[in-house]
Amino acid sequence: MTSPAAANIAAGCAAPDQSAPLPASVDLQKETVITGIVNTAEGELVGGAYVRLLDASGEFTAEVVTSPEGVFRFFAAPGSWTLRALSRFGNGELAVDATRGVNEVALSVATV
Amino acid sequence: MSRDTALVSADWAEKNLETPGIVFVEVDEDTTAYDGGHIPGAIKIDWKQDLQDPVRRDFVNQEQFSALLSERGISNDDTVILYGGNNNWFAAYAFWYFKLYGHESVKLLDGGRKKWELDARVYTKDVPSRAATSYSAKAPNLEIRAFRDEVVQAIGVKNLVDVRSPDEFAGRLLAPAHLPQEQSQRAGHIPTAISVPWSKAANEDGTFKSDEELAKIYGDAGLDGSKDTIAYCRIGERSSHTWFVLKELLGQENVKNYDGSWTEYGSLIGVPIALGDEPGKA
Repeated sequence: MTSPAAANIAAGCAAPDQSAPLPASVDLQKETVITGIVNTAEGELVGGAYVRLLDASGEFTAEVVTSPEGVFRFFAAPGSWTLRALSRFGNGELAVDATRGVNEVALSVATV
Repeated sequence: MSRDTALVSADWAEKNLETPGIVFVEVDEDTTAYDGGHIPGAIKIDWKQDLQDPVRRDFVNQEQFSALLSERGISNDDTVILYGGNNNWFAAYAFWYFKLYGHESVKLLDGGRKKWELDARVYTKDVPSRAATSYSAKAPNLEIRAFRDEVVQAIGVKNLVDVRSPDEFAGRLLAPAHLPQEQSQRAGHIPTAISVPWSKAANEDGTFKSDEELAKIYGDAGLDGSKDTIAYCRIGERSSHTWFVLKELLGQENVKNYDGSWTEYGSLIGVPIALGDEPGKA
């Protein structure tokens, strides 16, 4: 799998491998990438968490599942977004002001 | 055609994992999820490998579908419980497909893999072996599948429901936001289509909203219950999710899924396209 994202564009809507390096075809001058990890309060990485990207009005935009290393990645646009994670170890939320290029964040989950 | 006949809960599923005559099937585009752990006893169907024709841009035909289910050990009289990732997108697509080929008893697991995971229910890596059957698919029921010419004729006449995200509808994005944005086809939507993102129909845990909530969502969006309906998205799986809601949960007559969807429509020569957040004129 040299270019998982490209393969998935041709194939459908499933998310590319979340931990794979960014494909060379992704132009960081143009793309706004929001990426990061999901972890617990104790700092353990959470694989299999569902991370949703909500727009400035709180509307659902997209959702991915974190890799076994807890990594997620979205291709969005510059602006205000909310990340929301759901997992068997609890939920978490984080506001992000994204700019062009790579925006890295860490998202903690906990049971309420 | 109601919640009772089309949907099962995770609790029900857990109690019926070993019930004879019930087959659990995980359907995904990325089947590594299945390989990493699945509902005990479930077999897998790969959306791309198993359900798409390897040469033509179409899905497998009646004979290919019969051969697939025979090989996987599914009988005509089995009750098939479908589930998957992506909020059951591909499972809903497969559901539409089982219906298209006339399978009698097929249901979706409400919430799919997501609810199963969030509930911290049990997974296994054991792959069951099922004896081959001789499955016989019926002729495709085209009352639930729309083709491009029919879609063009439906502009301003039937309900067209665009279930992609608002930005895809308006033409600001060409694909969902978890994919890189470079794409070649034109952006926008089919004129007069109403925008009701598939996600409106689902709760955060992937289960479907209540019938009352669903009826309000589509009613408020302007869906005319007296007209026929065609749902579309980008490649036809998200719109299967909405097709399932309208046809199977709300029991509407004459609902079709346009599986060619935006990847086909947005590449056609000469068809009208609307840009922006409004449905646009016929």
